[in-house]
Amino acid sequence: MIKSSELSKKYNGVTVLNISSLEIPKGQAFGLVGNNGAGKTTYFNLLLDLIKPSTGSVINNNIQVNKSEDWKPFTAAFIDESFLIGYLTPEEYFYFIGELRGMNKADIDTFLGQFTEIFNDEILGGKKYLRDLSKGNQKKAGIVAALIGNPEVIVLDEPFANLDPTTQIRLKKILRDLTKNSKATILISSHDLGHVTEVCERIVVLEKGNIVKDIKTSEETLKELEAYFSV
Amino acid sequence: MIKHFLSFEWKQFFRSSYWQKSIALNILLGFLALYFMLTFLALGISIYPILKKQFPDSDPLIIVNGFLFYWLLGDLVFRFFMQKLPVLNIKPLLILPLKRSQILNYVLGKSALSFFNFLPLFAIIPFGVILIFEDYSNSTALTWMVLMYVCALIINFLNFIIEAKSAETELSFLPIIVIALGLFSLNYFNIVSLSSLLANAVNSITTSPILILIPLAILVALYYVNYMGLKQKLYVDGSVKAKTETATTTDLAWTRKFGDIAPFLQLDLKLLWRNKRPRSTIFILVIGLLYGLAFYPNPMYKDWIPMFVFVGVFVTGIFMINFGQFIPAWDSGYYKLLMSQNIKYKEYLNSKYSLMIISAVIMFVLSIPYVYFGWKILVIHFAAMVYNIGINSHILLFGGSFNRKKIDLTQRAVFNYQGTGAVQWLIGFPLLLIPILIFYVPYYFINFEAGIATLIILGGIGIVFHQKVMNFITKKYLNSKYKMISAFDQSN
Repeated sequence: MIKSSELSKKYNGVTVLNISSLEIPKGQAFGLVGNNGAGKTTYFNLLLDLIKPSTGSVINNNIQVNKSEDWKPFTAAFIDESFLIGYLTPEEYFYFIGELRGMNKADIDTFLGQFTEIFNDEILGGKKYLRDLSKGNQKKAGIVAALIGNPEVIVLDEPFANLDPTTQIRLKKILRDLTKNSKATILISSHDLGHVTEVCERIVVLEKGNIVKDIKTSEETLKELEAYFSV
Repeated sequence: MIKHFLSFEWKQFFRSSYWQKSIALNILLGFLALYFMLTFLALGISIYPILKKQFPDSDPLIIVNGFLFYWLLGDLVFRFFMQKLPVLNIKPLLILPLKRSQILNYVLGKSALSFFNFLPLFAIIPFGVILIFEDYSNSTALTWMVLMYVCALIINFLNFIIEAKSAETELSFLPIIVIALGLFSLNYFNIVSLSSLLANAVNSITTSPILILIPLAILVALYYVNYMGLKQKLYVDGSVKAKTETATTTDLAWTRKFGDIAPFLQLDLKLLWRNKRPRSTIFILVIGLLYGLAFYPNPMYKDWIPMFVFVGVFVTGIFMINFGQFIPAWDSGYYKLLMSQNIKYKEYLNSKYSLMIISAVIMFVLSIPYVYFGWKILVIHFAAMVYNIGINSHILLFGGSFNRKKIDLTQRAVFNYQGTGAVQWLIGFPLLLIPILIFYVPYYFINFEAGIATLIILGGIGIVFHQKVMNFITKKYLNSKYKMISAFDQSN
């Protein structure tokens, strides 16, 4: 589904990402871990064509992302708060995204129905604009918006950060269900090794822009990762 | 401490991507400043000899003092539109071991060093020096000079109070217009002769210098009012975290008629209505619409048709210019979303274009009553509208691809009420002046109809080639996509 080859990103001569080859098959739950500055967000930004690769390319479903805009209809992402439109109410935001993805209001209302638990009555009908929600609630809205319209590729940067424990557990369930029931390819990054091993079937460790580990998740994975990071 | 503050500002200014992109604009501003300095200098040097020659029997100083009222009033209005309140991002400073008074005194003190306070000196000092040479007593001349500078500072701080109040009440520039017009008409219709009152006051101060303590006291009082006003805002919950408004969800169903661009149109309408900064562009519409009244009824301009073209372009294009020049910066806060969502760049730009042409048509319709002042005005407005739709809108969109300055819709930067200054008005000039020239050449050599036809034909060409032009503009945006994303990511 997503092929990256000879992909690198340099800022002023400093290489922040250097991936010679990485292939993520369709339907995989893919996890990216690494310390700060390892290049996780850089990779996602390249995948979404928000920054320009220094060399190489990312090919999303046979479309080279920096050559054509045709990957946009089946790709959705939530990277940070700059993906939210602060002066809209959460409903309006969901409707807007829905409209871009060919879903009408009624579709969106049904879609939102399955997130009632996560929203916990704090998001919908709250008479608040997104900019006035707490960080955690903003994150919930952003993640849910990224799931609108059954995208085939879902990119979530640090989805668990800022969320309350209950929501973290519910979000893990949603993500697992997504890969099970639909053919969605999910890419997430996280600093929490526990979460990422629970959700992802494959985990790649980045260090200073290079892939240092590529693990198929198993019982021992968490231990292996903990051993790796406790230097 | 001040040393640190100054270095922060220096870095903020030179390290912003905006600075690096707009050196040309900065140079232009520099020239404008130079121009004003020279004008004031010429005024200061020449006013004494001119007055002496014209009115040999009166005292030039007395005449000048008689006009001070208008000078100060003009200064106030000019500053309101041109001078920005000093901005300092206070949130990171609040928890540091700094006295709040230090931060406040710095912010207010910095404003005293503004260019607008130095500008009058270029006129005041030469005039004062001439006074000394012309056998006025030294104390008179010196007192006069000091007094004038104190007046400039009084206006400086008075302006901030007005700016802050109008920003709080969200009335934009309504208050300043009301105040200025009120004072002016009180004086003009001789209800209270403010100009002679002020002249008498200045005359008595120059004869007995000790009275200068009164304006100084006023200055201190205004400083204090500013200080107390800002002090209340110096809490995180006061202004850094804006008060939450009750949100209302609207669906603006009527926009459906516009088809594909409907979701963007809704977004833009909400953008305009729900954010302080863009909302002021709506208030500007009212001013724009009434602008014609300043020209059309005046017999002085009756035969000066090219001026009407200016008014026509201004009236039908005021929203376009104010809104258009900040495309796509209005969306800078969520630009990454737009760039990765299921949106084609061209659709996005087309929706902005549609909003601009809708505004031009609406403004034209609203300006139809001006036909009262002659059918030519209606024809001119129509031609100006066509020109705006065909040419100016495309220029604005094209110019937008050079936009690298983020607009913070939520206004987290404290003390930043207006957000726009001289630069905004500067960009408007070519958009307003070029059509005058285009009209004037055929008007001068052939006739009125030829001038109008030229404008309409040019506008028509722009409309006919709209798709081609948009393809070109879209390419331009795509080329600068990465630069825009990274510039909009910067917080300052």
